[in-house]
Amino acid sequence: MDIMSNLALGFSIALSPYTLMLAVIGCFLGTIIGALPGLGPSNGVAILIPLTFSLGLDATSALVLMTAVYYGAMYGGRISSILLNIPGDEPALMTTLDGYPMAKAGRAGDALVLSGVASFVGAFLATIGLMLLAPMLARVAFLFGPAEYFALYLLAFCTLGGMASNNQAKAALASCLGLAIAMIGVDNNSGMPRLTGGSLHLMDGVDFLVAIVGLFAVAEVFFFIESHGKSSSLGVKLEKVVIPWKDIFACKWTMLRASGVGFIAGILPGAGASLGSFLAYMSEKSIAGEKGGFGTGVPRGVTAPEAGNNAAAGGALVPMLTLGVPGSGTTAVLLALLMTLNITPGPTLFTERPEVVWGLIASLLIANFVLLLMNVPMVKIFVKVLSVPPWVLLPGVTMISFVGIYSLSGSYFDLLLMIGFGMLGYVLRKLDIPTVPVILGILLGGHMEDALRRAMVLSGGDAKYLFSSNIAIGLWIAAIAGFVAPMFLRNILKKPPAVTD
Amino acid sequence: MKNRLIQTLCAGAMLAATLPSTVSAAECIAPANPGGGWDFTCRQIGKIMFDIGAVDKPIQVTNMAGAGGGLAYGHVVNERADDADLIVAASSATSTRLAQNAYAGMTADQVRFVGAIGADPGVVVVAADSPFESLGDLVEAMKADPASVAIAGGSAVGGFDHLKPLMILQRAGFTDITKVKYIGVDGGADAITQTVGGFTQVMSGDMSEVVGFLKAGDIKVLAVLTEDRVPGFDDIPTAKEQGFDVVAVNWRGLYVPKGISDDQFASWADKLQQVADSDEWKQAMADNGLAPFTKVGDDFQNYVNGLVAEINQMSKDIGVIQ
Repeated sequence: MDIMSNLALGFSIALSPYTLMLAVIGCFLGTIIGALPGLGPSNGVAILIPLTFSLGLDATSALVLMTAVYYGAMYGGRISSILLNIPGDEPALMTTLDGYPMAKAGRAGDALVLSGVASFVGAFLATIGLMLLAPMLARVAFLFGPAEYFALYLLAFCTLGGMASNNQAKAALASCLGLAIAMIGVDNNSGMPRLTGGSLHLMDGVDFLVAIVGLFAVAEVFFFIESHGKSSSLGVKLEKVVIPWKDIFACKWTMLRASGVGFIAGILPGAGASLGSFLAYMSEKSIAGEKGGFGTGVPRGVTAPEAGNNAAAGGALVPMLTLGVPGSGTTAVLLALLMTLNITPGPTLFTERPEVVWGLIASLLIANFVLLLMNVPMVKIFVKVLSVPPWVLLPGVTMISFVGIYSLSGSYFDLLLMIGFGMLGYVLRKLDIPTVPVILGILLGGHMEDALRRAMVLSGGDAKYLFSSNIAIGLWIAAIAGFVAPMFLRNILKKPPAVTD
Repeated sequence: MKNRLIQTLCAGAMLAATLPSTVSAAECIAPANPGGGWDFTCRQIGKIMFDIGAVDKPIQVTNMAGAGGGLAYGHVVNERADDADLIVAASSATSTRLAQNAYAGMTADQVRFVGAIGADPGVVVVAADSPFESLGDLVEAMKADPASVAIAGGSAVGGFDHLKPLMILQRAGFTDITKVKYIGVDGGADAITQTVGGFTQVMSGDMSEVVGFLKAGDIKVLAVLTEDRVPGFDDIPTAKEQGFDVVAVNWRGLYVPKGISDDQFASWADKLQQVADSDEWKQAMADNGLAPFTKVGDDFQNYVNGLVAEINQMSKDIGVIQ
């Protein structure tokens, strides 16, 4: 069997002591990053990327470390959701709904263990799905020409824009901002510099890592300065941790269903883990009905979003690896990492660099078991981390951001640019404009434009070429539906308000 | 626990800060991020020079990415013009961009090209089921109807992959080269995917980019753009033997600052020749799909001058520059 021999190759790489060590370190750092409020997976990965260059890691090791951080952050996000009622990261938002009431009712330990197990189930099933589905999706890529790619990028913008904010106009504005920034640099189709102001520093365009670290990490620092570095405190005491076998068993179908929903949401380009946990929670809530008691601290309300967001994390890797299109904000950052490592994710990645892909899959499986161990018996360690005062934490984050970006390019210009992006991020968040579409615009805008320009060259300027295949037409319909549907769905579904007390 | 976290953060930052240490030895600037062709050139040549004893201290590699090599070029021209301990990685892309005035007014005579020791041969590729069986078939079809054939390549419009088929068409007497459809995609693999998928008919690229697909049986290589057939690929004909006198390879080499003495220039040329003759370099070339291509010293400077003039003229013809 192909998959078995490939997996054997993967494990032979992933089980080397060095790679294994990286996976464990990544899991640990990731869980901390996830647990710290504000530091989500995308900024966590973005902050740590420059370290992989400084350490001189090869492509496989860098990818193993970063995806371990990614999975780890997905696990860790639940900890502060449950204990503090502050989501550790965006996807963990839904976990606050039942996790915090459960903790207040004196079952904090149960909630942490349950959500840890749910995370494991979701991530494990998603990794299996990635293993089985990714090679199939890879073969589809020969069907994707410029017209199809253009429609695909459009779909990513529309679905993400529709989900990341409550306000379509703001999401669209953020996307356009990103697209405008993506315009800077040498135009691929004429070789002419655009919007560079004659500066050689801008000839290659704006490095997305500079933008990501600026918009997420530096902006975060500004927010902490504004709030005078108020220290976080534990809202709920955690006594002893026992494994609630009865609840785990009772939630098995919830976990399986939520994993399925999350995985599919993850595969959709641009949807990501937040959508995965949202959909998983909403579908379980509607299955349970009124007497399910969702929102009052029931085990199923904790397991559904956690299985959902971790499965989505795995699902999001499928389009990133096989098509080079990220399925979530964090995979967008990972895509940037891959491209910087001179690996072009795409249909040929599985045949050209099997050691990278299968090494990654094997280490995801390993990381998952490590995370289960870390997050169930050792959960108390991470709870302690939450008591690190931000005035100690944030300067560290700032330092790493500056050193990291400087070591990447050796140019002070990029540092200034990063601070500029930090200020932009601060202003955008003040205005309640989501920053993820900005990143997506910078990252994908160039590709989207290139695809359109290529399509125009091939067709001699005929716009009908964009709708010339069934795949392209299908993607156009999905894109339009993805943008329009949330406007109507929002009224029907009514996102439950966050618990405030 | 607080302390442990802070330690982790600090240790990481310290590592990042101290690694680019300053050793007073020769320096090789790779004008791109780690992992690409220029980075490979610096690291391999630098390592082999030290291993075979051509230099006493390991050569320090600095990555200076930006403006397709323009930042590093400006740095050398403006700030390091008489630094004899500096070498800079270069390739066909360097000469192409200089010819197209893409380095903000800087010209090829502001540095000295010291030599090239290896090259990635240019290739013209079609899908395995393509009706084109030879370069002649393709050229005839394009002369008859330029719009019927679209070419994909891994470099931007006006880049080297675009110029290669144009050179062939020019030799064949086809002058209306602005009619040729070319799309620049993200690298050779992507260009092949587009060609195998039938969205474009021809792929223009480098040998190293197509080897995997050739082995998989997805593509036919119509011609390789070298003087002689490439060892290991002896059944692929050259363009020259098919009647199109085009030699276009993506050479890997070095330039040095303009202001160094002739003796210092000759010394670097000699060191580069030693690397070219070493077994280590032959192994490195084999591992990375490079063909032998050794030109050092004044010989190479003349080659680059000729290349720049030719590409400059062609870029004017297709309208990439005025």
